[in-house]
Amino acid sequence: MNDDRPSRTEGESRVEGKFQIDRRTALKVIAAAAVVPAVFSGCEPGESDPAAPVSPMRNLLAAGTPTDPDLLATVIPWDRSLTKHELATLAVLCDLIIPADKHSPAASSLGAHEFIDEWVSAPYEGMQKDKVLVRGGIVWLDGEANRRFGGRFRELTAAQMVEICDDICYGPDAAPEYQAASRFFDKIRDLTATAFYTTKEGMADVGYVGNVPLPRWDPPPPEALRHVGLS
Amino acid sequence: MSKARPEYDVIIVGSGAAGGMCAFVLAVHGVKVLMLEAGRHYDPVSETPMFQLPSEAPLRGGWTPEKPFGYYDATVDGGWQVPGEPYASSEGTNFVWWRARMLGGRTNHWGRISLRMGEYDFKPRSRDGLGFDWPMTYEDLVPYYDKTEALIGVYGSNEGLENTPSSSPGVLLPPPAPRVHELLTRKVCTEQLDIPVIPAHLAILSQKQDSTRWPAELFPNNPLAQRVVRESMESRAACFWATPCGRGCSIKANFQSTTVLLPPALATGNLTIRTDSMVREVTVNSRGRATGVHYIDKVTRIDEHATAKVVILAASACESARIMLNSKSSRFPDGIGNGSGLVGKYLMDTVGAGVGGQFPQFENMPPHNQDGSSELHLYMPWWLYRDQAAGKLDFGRGYHIEFGGGRRMPGPGAFGGLESYTNGAYGLRFKQAARRYYGSFMWFDGRGEMIPNDDCYCEIDPEGVDQWGIPTLKFHWKWSSHELNQARHMQHTFRDIIEAMGGTVTSTVQDDGAKAIAAPGQIIHEVGGAIMGSNPNRSVLNQYCKSWEVSNLFVPDGACFVSNADKNPTLSIMAIAWRASDYLIKQMNQGMFA
Repeated sequence: MNDDRPSRTEGESRVEGKFQIDRRTALKVIAAAAVVPAVFSGCEPGESDPAAPVSPMRNLLAAGTPTDPDLLATVIPWDRSLTKHELATLAVLCDLIIPADKHSPAASSLGAHEFIDEWVSAPYEGMQKDKVLVRGGIVWLDGEANRRFGGRFRELTAAQMVEICDDICYGPDAAPEYQAASRFFDKIRDLTATAFYTTKEGMADVGYVGNVPLPRWDPPPPEALRHVGLS
Repeated sequence: MSKARPEYDVIIVGSGAAGGMCAFVLAVHGVKVLMLEAGRHYDPVSETPMFQLPSEAPLRGGWTPEKPFGYYDATVDGGWQVPGEPYASSEGTNFVWWRARMLGGRTNHWGRISLRMGEYDFKPRSRDGLGFDWPMTYEDLVPYYDKTEALIGVYGSNEGLENTPSSSPGVLLPPPAPRVHELLTRKVCTEQLDIPVIPAHLAILSQKQDSTRWPAELFPNNPLAQRVVRESMESRAACFWATPCGRGCSIKANFQSTTVLLPPALATGNLTIRTDSMVREVTVNSRGRATGVHYIDKVTRIDEHATAKVVILAASACESARIMLNSKSSRFPDGIGNGSGLVGKYLMDTVGAGVGGQFPQFENMPPHNQDGSSELHLYMPWWLYRDQAAGKLDFGRGYHIEFGGGRRMPGPGAFGGLESYTNGAYGLRFKQAARRYYGSFMWFDGRGEMIPNDDCYCEIDPEGVDQWGIPTLKFHWKWSSHELNQARHMQHTFRDIIEAMGGTVTSTVQDDGAKAIAAPGQIIHEVGGAIMGSNPNRSVLNQYCKSWEVSNLFVPDGACFVSNADKNPTLSIMAIAWRASDYLIKQMNQGMFA
C-alpha cells in the first residue's frame, strides 16, 4: 500500500467556499493537466507496459480504502498465496488453454498465472472457494500425471499433457472419475480467458478496436452492414 | 432556539440531481446557499480513470462487495451497503438500497437515460383508477423539461409517439448513429413484431452545446447566470466516443452534478459546500418553522448545527424520508411535516427483468469500433397502450426496453461461457472460438412502471442506529400482480425478439414473474416516501415540493414522486427541482421567509 500517502486530515476533503486551491489540490490539478492533452492528441492509451506502474498520478482525494480506492494508482491490497510450483504448473496450463499463435502471445507471457494467484488470494467468499478448487486441482493434476506417466504435470511432454486435458476439458462429456477435475479445468479456462482478453494484446486478438478518442461517431462500415444482411 | 440571524438563505441537504439543480438555480439568482453532502469531495475532471484497461485494476476490474459495479465504477464509499450505515428489512422483503457517499451522489455513475414522463404519466389514476394523479400536468413541467435538457445536454430525437413526448425544437442534440446490432434489432422489431425502436435520450453531449444561444435564452436579464452558464458550457467537451460513462467523465461530456451543476453554482460565489457532513434532522422553532439542520461532521465526529431561512431536503427519496422521520419534536411527534402519516409511504422502484441471446449473424463480424456513447443509442418505448386500454393485458402499466451488445471492451468474465459453444475447447481452437463469438451476444432489459401500494414503505427501525448515532431505516415491500405479470410479459417479449432475429436465448425465460423480477431497489429508481398532492391529508408536499405543514421546508428529490412511470426518473427529478426552486425564489422575493 502507499505508505507515503498523506493521511486524510481535517479540512482536506472540504470544499468550503469556492474550491479553494490548496497545495495538494494544486498538485492534483497539475497532474491531471499533464494527462489530458495526451488524450486529445490521440495517444494510444493502452500502449504502456501493463506490468509497469499504471500512472505516476496519485489521486489525493481518494481515501485509499477498499470502498474508495485510488483508481489512478491501483494497488492490490492483499498478499498472494500460491507456491512457486503451483504458479509454474498454472503457467503451463494457461498456455495449453491460450497458446501463442501469429495473432497474440501465450497467456502466461501476459501474466495469466499470476492473475489466477491474485484471484484466489482475494479475501472474498467466491474467490476463497475458488482457491480450494484451484489448489486441489493442481494436486489432482500432479497425481494424475504421476499415475499415467510417472512425473509431475509440468514436466510432461506436450502430448502427455493434452492426453490428460482432453479427459477433463468438458464437464458434460467427462467420465465420472473426471467430473471434479473438469470443474477445475473449467475454472482455469475462465480465469485464463479473463486474464488474457482484458489485456491490450488479448483485445487486439479478437479485434476490439475501441477505447480510442474519435473526432466524430460514424455509422457502421458497409462491410459490417453486409455481414448481417443490412445494406 | 437561537434568535440570531440565520447564517444562510437556504440549506440544501444532498448534492445529486435534485440538490445540484436547486443549488444551481438558487445560486444564479443570488440566493446564499449552504450545501451539506454526507460523502467526500469528488472531482471527475481529475479523478476519472478514462482509458484504463481492466488489466490495470485488481481482479481485472471485476465487482467486489466494496465496488459492486466494478472497480472503475464512479461510486465512492457506497454500493448496496455503506460501511457503518446499515438498514434493515422486514421478513420476506429483499429491498436493496444503493447509496453513494460522494459529492454529486449517484449522478456520477448513472446510466444517463433521460426520458420525459408523458401526459398519461401525470394522470395515471384518472386513466385506469390505480395509484394517484400528480397535482400538476405534463404541460406544467414542459418549460422545465426543455430548460433542463438544454442546460445539461441531452441527445435524442422527436418521434411523436404516444405518451413519448417531443422536446421543443432545437433543445435536443443529435442522436448518434446506431450500431450494427441496434440496426438489426430495429429492422426485425419494426418489420416483424410491430415494436417501435427509436433513438434513446441520454444526457451526453453528442456535440458541444450552443454557448451563445442558451445562456441568454435560459436566463434572460440575468448577467450572472448567463456568465456562469456560458463558461460552464464552454468548458465541456463533446463526447469522443470512448470509455464508459459509468466511470464518470473527465472531459465533462456527460451529465454529472459535479461537472455540470456545481461548478457554475460555485462560480457565482453564492454557494458554500460542506462535504463529510451527515445530516441527522431538521430543527424547528415554536412556530413550526424549520430553522436549520443538525449534522455530524464526519471528520471530527461532532454534531453541528447550521441555520437558514429555508431547508431543502434532496438527500434521495429514502434518505430524505429518513431525515423527516428523525426530525421529531413536540410540534411534530411523528417527524417533521408528517401530519398525514405518509412520510416513508408509497415507495416505488422500477420493474426490471432481462433476457440474453446469442446471434449467429454477428459471429466473425469485420472488426470496427462499436464503443459509441458507451450507453444506449436506440430503445423501445412502451407500445401496447391500446391493448392495455382494451383490457388485453394482465398488468396496468407499461415498460420500455433497453438493449445492448456488440463488440464492447472485453471485461472480467469475457468468454467465460465458451466451453458450452465449443464442447470444451482449449488451445488454438479456443482462441479461434473467441474471435468467432466475440460480439455475438446481446441483452434485453425491461424497465417498467410500478404502481404504488400500501405495503411498500420505509420507517425508522426501532432497533437500528448508524455509526453517527442516527436512527436507521427498515424497509417493507410487496409487489402486486401488476408488477409480476409485467415482468413475465417482458420475458416473453424478449424471447420473441431474440427468436425473430434468428438468435438463441442464453438465459432462462421465466414464466413466473416473481422469478423474473429484479429485487426491489435493484434498479436504483426508488422514488416516493414524501409524495406531493393536492390534498394535505393525503400527501406530504404541494406541487412545488413544499411541505404542507412547514412553510419553509422543501423536498424536491425523488421522494416527491407520486407515480414511477417507466421513464427513468433522474431527468424528471431535475425538472421538478428547477420548478420548485423558481417557486421558492418567488416566495422569497415576496418576503415569505423573512
